[in-house]
Amino acid sequence: MAASNRIYVTEANEPIYGIMAEFATPAAIYHAAEAVRDAGYSKWDTFTPFPIHGMEGAMGMKRTKLPLLVAAGGFTGVGLAYLMQWWMSVVDYQMVVQGKPYHSWQAFVPITFELGILFSAFTAIISMLALNGLPRWNHPLFKKERFLSSSDDKFFVCIEAADAKFDPDRTRALLEKAGATSIELVEE
Amino acid sequence: MTTYPQPDEVTSRRLAGLAQAAPGGTEPDPKTGDGTLIDTPGVRAPLVLNNRSFGEITNIICGYTENKVPRWWYPMAGLTAVLASMMGAFILYLVITGIGTWGLNNQVDWAWDITNFVFWIGIGHAGTLISAILCLLKQKWRTAVNRSAEAMTIFAVICAATFPGIHIGRQWMAWFLPPIPNSNGIWPNFRSPLLWDVFAVSTYGTVSLLFWFMGMVPDLATLRDRADRRLRLNPEGSPLVLPFLPFRVDQLRAYIYGFLSLGWRFSSRHWHRYEAAYLILAGVSTPLVLSVHSIVSFDFATAVLPGWHTTIFPPYFVAGAIFGGFAMVLLLLIPARELYPNMKDLVTLRHLENMAKILLLTGSMVGFAYSMEFFIAWYGGNKYELYAFQNRAFGPYWWAYWTMITCNVVSPQLFWSRKLRTTPASIFFVATLVTIGMWFERFVIIVTSLHRAFLPGEWGMFHPTPVDICIFVGSLGLFLHLFLLFMRFIPMFAMAELKAVMPQASPHAHGDSHGHDSHADHDAGHAHQGGH
Repeated sequence: MAASNRIYVTEANEPIYGIMAEFATPAAIYHAAEAVRDAGYSKWDTFTPFPIHGMEGAMGMKRTKLPLLVAAGGFTGVGLAYLMQWWMSVVDYQMVVQGKPYHSWQAFVPITFELGILFSAFTAIISMLALNGLPRWNHPLFKKERFLSSSDDKFFVCIEAADAKFDPDRTRALLEKAGATSIELVEE
Repeated sequence: MTTYPQPDEVTSRRLAGLAQAAPGGTEPDPKTGDGTLIDTPGVRAPLVLNNRSFGEITNIICGYTENKVPRWWYPMAGLTAVLASMMGAFILYLVITGIGTWGLNNQVDWAWDITNFVFWIGIGHAGTLISAILCLLKQKWRTAVNRSAEAMTIFAVICAATFPGIHIGRQWMAWFLPPIPNSNGIWPNFRSPLLWDVFAVSTYGTVSLLFWFMGMVPDLATLRDRADRRLRLNPEGSPLVLPFLPFRVDQLRAYIYGFLSLGWRFSSRHWHRYEAAYLILAGVSTPLVLSVHSIVSFDFATAVLPGWHTTIFPPYFVAGAIFGGFAMVLLLLIPARELYPNMKDLVTLRHLENMAKILLLTGSMVGFAYSMEFFIAWYGGNKYELYAFQNRAFGPYWWAYWTMITCNVVSPQLFWSRKLRTTPASIFFVATLVTIGMWFERFVIIVTSLHRAFLPGEWGMFHPTPVDICIFVGSLGLFLHLFLLFMRFIPMFAMAELKAVMPQASPHAHGDSHGHDSHADHDAGHAHQGGH
């Protein structure tokens, strides 16, 4: 393994994406995450078959801004729905129906509500995917056969070579100390 | 670098579906059934039986889609496909010939079409209730049933949406329903509940689909990874599984599940946003599910017709929808858990009992609503209203009314008996009655109210024609066929969620002591939820 200008490559001269370590239990990955967090890494992630309770804290994650985006989306839906009904019934084509005023706002409530929900739901799922950088069908980790068991019953940490604190030996030692059951280099 | 060995023989066999999870060997206990019917306070019933590991859970659930198709599946799928095609053929006949091929007439101008619409849309409600409301209430037992209940919702909404679409008469004008600019320059009437219904049902269908799909992404990724691993472990390839295609079935799985799973890679940073989005979807779906059947009830309640014009309709319709929906969930899951291996470890007697209790509760709520309608008809002093209700119980459609009362109000009362609400056969029996009863409820509301309106000129009778019957029976076939396809191709349980509620999923399980200060406030109940 050679290091030059902070770009790490394998012996076969392939650039390195990072180091991946496998853990056997939720407790092990949880403590490993705490260790990596406390060592001061920033470009790293854990991979678990299901969301582990408290992992956000163990990894030192910030709270997502997704709820704010959804609120914005929902209120957009509410506004557009009301505007649409008002414009169509009051401005564009006035028609007396059931003897009610053109601007009978009470009757506009159900559709306003429904479209608020519809826009919130779409914003929630689209922002979740966008913030996660998905869909993305390729990833260096997918090249590792072992990594695929993260969707079954194994737990992984991957520290990226792009991290300022990354060092092939010290990072590896940290993961070994955390109790990894296997450690692999991941090629870019 | 050290090279690590490829997965061992055991893993390979497991991935190939050759090593089935061992069947559970618990003997039924007279007191606790399968061990989940625990009434002791402080002891939580296990959600998954036989101490299954994460790997076994993956293997059991993925096995339902990966292993050989069970023998009963083909005849069932064939029969339901024939029924669904019959529905299609009769709809075509209806479109070509006209609405007169149905039994409705000038007096009873809504009949089976709207009955079936309300029946199906009501069934859909249990799925969203389980996925949204029980999620907000942190009812962990929902993980055993949420995926199939959500699937059922989607299929029920598909069946439901068909009926208003075909009952409008000139079906090719259905695009007038949404506000689309047209050459007449006019817009839909936003003061009409029928238009609210268009928005409510389409929003409901869309949001349910989004919710279902989002919950499924990680599980589809699991199927993708298993197919991928099998291909890598055996790169030379087994003989062609699909004789007419130039690739192996696992390649097809890796592509299709891979595409649908959007490249999900189980990252904790992703899970964090995923859980936030999921909770928000649950939060917005909860008022949505309550609003949809309320708006469906406005279709009736805003009319001046005696029997329809009542303010009790929205809550009464919502309770009825949950009632009918849970009955359908039970009708589907009780046979499935007998037919599929190891499913009894995932859907326990406790789960069935919980749903039976919901049937008892909501059945009593609709029973209360029925009696309150009668009380108000008498107490309100409106003679038309009183007549409408007397006519329901003792008029020409008395048999429909009393079928409804027997099935919806009387039959769930059997669940006061612990024995009956914990025996799958008796739950199945009551769920069947409830499904029949809930169809009759809508028939009673629609037809008996319409057939004796204010003027004698509006009096008539409704008799279904073979077209009515075949389209309804066909919609049952369509629903079941879609559900059979779901059981075959999509993970039937929310694997990731199921694993997350197992006792060993807690990072603090097994007496693991760590005193990190940032987690001192950790939910203590999480670590020891298992009964062992």
